[in-house]
Amino acid sequence: MLSLFGDPTIWLPLAFAGLMGLSILIYVVLDGFDLGIGMLFAWGGEAEQDRMMAAIGPFWDANETWLVLAVGLLLVAFPVAHGIILTALYLPVVLMLIGLILRGVAFEFRAKAEGSTKRNWSRIFIMGSFLTALTQGYMLGVYVMGLEQTPATIAFGLLTAICLVAGYMLVGSTWLIIKTEGDLQSRAIGWAGRALVFAAIGMAAISVASPLVSPRIFEKWFSGPTILLLAPLPIGSAVIFIVLAVFLRNMTPAHDRWCRLPFIAVTGLFALAFTGLAYSFYPYVVPDRLTLFEAASAPDSLLIILIGALFVLPAIVAYSALSYHVFRGKATPLGYD
Amino acid sequence: MDAIILARLQFAANISFHILFPSITIALGWVLLYFKLRHDRLQRVLPGDMRWILAYRFWVKIFALSFAMGVVSGITMSFQFGTNWPGYMQKVGNVAGPLLAYEVLTAFFLEAVFLGIMLFGFKRVPNWVHSLATFLVAFGTTVSAFWILALNSWMQTPAGYELRDGIVYAADWVAIIFNPSFPYRLIHMLLASGLTVSFLVAGVSALRWFWGERSDDLKMGLKTGIYLAAILIPLQIFAGDMHGLNTLEYQPQKVAAMEGNWQTSSHVPLLLFAWPDEETRENHFEIGVPSGASLILRHSPDGVVPGLNDYAGKHPPVKPLFFAFRIMVGLGLLMLAVSWAGSFYLWRRRELPRLLQRVFIGMTFSGWVATLAGWYVTEIGRQPYLVTGILTTADAASDVPAPMIGLSLTLYLIVYASLIVAYIGVITKLARKATKGQKPQADTPTQAGTFAAAE
Repeated sequence: MLSLFGDPTIWLPLAFAGLMGLSILIYVVLDGFDLGIGMLFAWGGEAEQDRMMAAIGPFWDANETWLVLAVGLLLVAFPVAHGIILTALYLPVVLMLIGLILRGVAFEFRAKAEGSTKRNWSRIFIMGSFLTALTQGYMLGVYVMGLEQTPATIAFGLLTAICLVAGYMLVGSTWLIIKTEGDLQSRAIGWAGRALVFAAIGMAAISVASPLVSPRIFEKWFSGPTILLLAPLPIGSAVIFIVLAVFLRNMTPAHDRWCRLPFIAVTGLFALAFTGLAYSFYPYVVPDRLTLFEAASAPDSLLIILIGALFVLPAIVAYSALSYHVFRGKATPLGYD
Repeated sequence: MDAIILARLQFAANISFHILFPSITIALGWVLLYFKLRHDRLQRVLPGDMRWILAYRFWVKIFALSFAMGVVSGITMSFQFGTNWPGYMQKVGNVAGPLLAYEVLTAFFLEAVFLGIMLFGFKRVPNWVHSLATFLVAFGTTVSAFWILALNSWMQTPAGYELRDGIVYAADWVAIIFNPSFPYRLIHMLLASGLTVSFLVAGVSALRWFWGERSDDLKMGLKTGIYLAAILIPLQIFAGDMHGLNTLEYQPQKVAAMEGNWQTSSHVPLLLFAWPDEETRENHFEIGVPSGASLILRHSPDGVVPGLNDYAGKHPPVKPLFFAFRIMVGLGLLMLAVSWAGSFYLWRRRELPRLLQRVFIGMTFSGWVATLAGWYVTEIGRQPYLVTGILTTADAASDVPAPMIGLSLTLYLIVYASLIVAYIGVITKLARKATKGQKPQADTPTQAGTFAAAE
């Protein structure tokens, strides 16, 4: 069984890198929309906030579980890398966790509060969402810079932090376009248009900076004919950006039957950006220091997890789909009855 | 303070905060399922009698809040393994990894996805789907406990592995999962969760009763809490005793510290109180029952109980184990007395005396204290090892500088302390609201335009 697909010390780490990448991508899109809505909360009135909450209430919990899976896969499949990366990013990780804690509990506390207490929990929800997104963006930047923290890389981290905030607001507002109608939907369209600009800047910045920082990445992208195979990534992204910008500029609540389109487009954008990043760093899991194959756990243990994952992941996808189906359509008031 | 102590304190703070909430959600999920099924059955006899579903709706809010607290503090845990103990996964990752992965894959998603349907899907799915969702959430929390306790027990009593070049490899997964202390620890913890919840339900119900509420749903909650406690506590005392005997066999140094016994001998007394002194290796101010420990652990006054001096330099710190163990056992005995007295009055007089109401209110969170005390016994009792006989805690530590850990520890403690206060505050407020006659979830439809996210 182990050698069925060739050398298990090659294909198992690859399979796990694939699973982990997929989990991160799903996390960024799914928790991205609820983190984004958490930040956009700052611009909503109380009635709007209630509706925004209703748009994410049944989902946020499962969305965050993808982060646990991604970090869990890093932990179990590439334990050495887990140690190096999380130790290097110790402080931002702690701040992110505090952000996640605050926003996660704010959902429940806010729902049970009234008046000024409710407004305070809304503030905590907003702050926690910002803190989470900013630290995740910062960590992305520092990771791209090879986990070194010098004034230049920290500055780059701050740039990516702002851009990830924009990216999450973008996917959050496109989710709101699906789940809301009327005035709030109009506002969401406006938010999406503005967030798109910053997200574009962020993607461009990372695309330009990462080859400049790492000669190895430069080599991978710009040597020989591979550039032709890679061309669809930047071109595809640019096309989506432009089409989406034009679409959002003209969209009104009257175009509701197209309401899913912006979210799908943004998901595509995230997927392209992610593919580019993954290609840049392959085969490293700690940039320029440790490859997937060096960091992987023993093949026997990986196989046990992989078999479990192959049985369970389809079930997870199926019942997640059920949940999204049950709560489909425009968000309605959430109640326990 | 040095970095290892700080890292341990931080890990302890995080995991102590975390365990509070699973210890509620594991059993409360099953209690909610019970409420739901009783409601369904009642509808066939007395349609429109809402007592059970009202009890469900009151407690499902506390469940939702506890679940959220458990999820967010659990995310923290998945990062802490790497940030605080990088050596842990490097050494035993081949065993720990799959167990953790199976917890995420088989339990976390199940709970998280069906929680949405359980909380907000009542009107959106057929009744049986809602009951099924409730079942799956309860089942998920229990499966999660299964995997994490398998791993924890393996760290206490490792089995089914082999060492190659200093790294642990899995040899026999059945032996790894069903390692010697696992069945005892799993049962002990599930019962602990059951008791935590029964005292929580009884305590909050007693509070509402104390404030003058006499609704039917409150009576259902009060009865469920008190009777459940009365049934579970003798089982727990028995399971705890079995667990202790298992520990005596596999981790005698832990039992020696729990008993505060320095010298291996027979006729060892059961110490009710003492002040263990590790400097002079003796106890001060001993008050004990002669031969008590020998009787409990060996079922004979001649029974030989291991002493700490056999493990000099390789046993856990004595004071924390000695006192935490007494807090746990003392609370267990108090729970027995209180729940049986409560059951007697409920059964015979259909009402609790005022004093007993106060006692139940005071013991609302007694399950938390007992659970934490028990975990401190078993986890501190594993020291100086992280994985018994394989990896010491010091060898697994990271090289994160002490001030950094100190800073993050301070941040966590501030957040956690505030959240506990807020959590208990919200439960009190929900009880107050229910007492004022505002039933959880008013039966009038929500006004157009007001979107209450979870209420």
